[in-house]
Amino acid sequence: MRQMSAAFLILAIVTMIAACAAMTLRGLVHCALALAVAFAGIGTLYLSLGAQFLGLAQLLVYVGAIAVLIVFVILLTRGGESDARPLIPTGLPITGIVVATTILALLAWAVFHSFAIHSLGPPASPATVRELGTVLMADYVLPLEVMGLMLTAALIGAVVVAMKEKQDTQ
Amino acid sequence: MLGLGILKGLVETARNFLGSYIDKERLVTVQFPEERLPVAEAARNFPFLIYDGVDPEQGLRCVACQICEKECPPRCITIEKSKDKKPDFVGKQQFYPAVFDIDVSVCMSCQICVEVCPFDAIRMDNEFELSTTDRFGGLLWTKEKLARPNEHYEAIHPTEAAEVEARRAEEKAQADAKKQPSTVTQ
Amino acid sequence: MLDQVFVSLKHWLLGYSPAAIQPAVSILLTILPILLVFPVLFALTTVLERKGLGRIQNRYGPNRVGFYGILQPMADALKSLTKEDIVPASADHTVHFLAPLILLAVAFLPFAVLPIGRNMIAANLDAGVLFFFAIGAISELSVFMAGWSSRNKYSLLGAMRAVAQMISYEVPLLLSSIAVIMAAGSLSTVEIVNKQAGFSGIFPHWYVLTPWGFVGFVLFMIAATAETNRSPFDLPEGESEIIAGYYIEYSGFKFALFFLGEYLGMFAISGLGITLFLGGWGAPLPFLTWVPSWIWFFAKLLGLIIGFIWVRGTLPRLRMDQLMNFAWKFMLPMALVVVVSAGAWRFLPQGVTRWLVSTLLLAVAYGLLARGVESRNKIAKRTYRFAE
Repeated sequence: MRQMSAAFLILAIVTMIAACAAMTLRGLVHCALALAVAFAGIGTLYLSLGAQFLGLAQLLVYVGAIAVLIVFVILLTRGGESDARPLIPTGLPITGIVVATTILALLAWAVFHSFAIHSLGPPASPATVRELGTVLMADYVLPLEVMGLMLTAALIGAVVVAMKEKQDTQ
Repeated sequence: MLGLGILKGLVETARNFLGSYIDKERLVTVQFPEERLPVAEAARNFPFLIYDGVDPEQGLRCVACQICEKECPPRCITIEKSKDKKPDFVGKQQFYPAVFDIDVSVCMSCQICVEVCPFDAIRMDNEFELSTTDRFGGLLWTKEKLARPNEHYEAIHPTEAAEVEARRAEEKAQADAKKQPSTVTQ
Repeated sequence: MLDQVFVSLKHWLLGYSPAAIQPAVSILLTILPILLVFPVLFALTTVLERKGLGRIQNRYGPNRVGFYGILQPMADALKSLTKEDIVPASADHTVHFLAPLILLAVAFLPFAVLPIGRNMIAANLDAGVLFFFAIGAISELSVFMAGWSSRNKYSLLGAMRAVAQMISYEVPLLLSSIAVIMAAGSLSTVEIVNKQAGFSGIFPHWYVLTPWGFVGFVLFMIAATAETNRSPFDLPEGESEIIAGYYIEYSGFKFALFFLGEYLGMFAISGLGITLFLGGWGAPLPFLTWVPSWIWFFAKLLGLIIGFIWVRGTLPRLRMDQLMNFAWKFMLPMALVVVVSAGAWRFLPQGVTRWLVSTLLLAVAYGLLARGVESRNKIAKRTYRFAE
């Protein structure tokens, strides 16, 4: 088993604590903020692995945009009850345990099998932005365009939904 | 065009900025403790008692009639009449105030005490830097602190002082004439 | 050489430390100047701003404390340290405490990727510009935390407006930087500065002297003013509008920390503007290259700060809807046209053609969009719904 560096250990512990806090804290906004910390932790994990673009993009998109989006949504829909406790079921959550164990098993299998393959081959070259760009534009240009279309459709849909409400109130 | 107004505004502001260094009259600030604006003649802040001559006890015009004490709206004046009498400027024997206190923190500078005083004994001073560090008695001014010579009154309110002087001279002349009727009817 | 005096100083000091802790000492010696210089610059900027605004408004600025008021920041610091730290009883104490700290941490980080002089950069990342924007995006979260934790409706309103404004103006900011990144071919700030280091005749190769660069720079600076909540985009913190917006409930030192964070953000984003458009630490004229590179950087930074102060003294505050309309309906299309124009510039051969094509694209877009903005400004005839 490879040695885990101190940096990885600290980052992993912080991320896991933040993720658990995001599930168990009272107050929905606290949970959202803990989620933002978890996102930031994952971003720094990417950075520690040498994937500069991915790590910084994770920070920019997840923490800077998606966490803010989640917080705004909470505020605009449930702003009044700031101390509401999210519903925690009484008794043992059987379904939850089953689902969590399945996912854990799947992930562990994937990690260990890929581990077995990649520890034999040469280390992959670090993916610089230039290479990412070339690959996106040359090999994966169709998925890129499809994603662009999807995002445009989402944007137009949001605008149409908002506009329709304005016409209704007039 | 869209940005033109902003550019014109920026030029105007720059002109103001540079102009304030070149042309000192643009800056209308009066740097307070060093420079002061001139005080108007009728400016008033806090009352004071006038005395004629050089002795504040003997020359004090106030006869302790207590009209100002009764008329003062926030009732900041405290007067106690004396037991004996002393002569005033026409020679008549009058009481004088043994205690005359005005509370600076209560006085609202309304000038009613000045308006009702029949003896021109209390007038308004225009000094406003009256703060003190003594919390307990510093703002209760007694007769000694309130007394100021007539020259001070002439210095701060010359026109009024001239008018008051003229009136008092006339009264004194009438009183003198009454005292010696033999010389008039001669 | 004066240019490399700080680098040589650092190496000399490193030579005196034992080999075991040399990496740590190296990091410390790199960070310490940033932590010392920029807060001092912040102090100077507060005095400069107050005196500058005063002169613009035909009055003296503060002139009591030191020689011409230069020690005023000391007085301000003393005041904010000794003021009572009032936290509302129903406020969320943890988040309320953390918000200014996170803002400060996030405000100091971007300075690591700004090249202050030749060989004077704290962290030469390959994706430097992306790092800058990622960290800038995190600061929005701290603004929101400050607003929400105070349990005050006005504070929350101010925070939501501030975050909406910051998110809207991030898009033109990023798009104008993308034009520069395209032209330079790299995300690394050192690379971008190096690409602008040449001279052709008397003119430097700065991107601001190209048509798309000029428009891009103007857009960048407008977006930067909006990102850092400065006038005329300071509705979230306007004192006559919403009484300090998201930092209403902060007093004493935490307020000073917010102030510090805001000004540091201003410096960082001006620094990025200098790096991307104004040639970083490069000299403007070929016979002035003997002046040390870090002096040029700070001179340009001072110039941009004076620009900020000038604009603050001139323009009235924008209303929220005017602000958002401006961002989405004018600046975003303009920024896209800047990107297209930069592409045209890059791929056309050198000469009059590429100047003409670039300028034409930008002028046509500006004309159409300006007409759109002005048509929205027309006040419609007043109609009454119920009082007919």
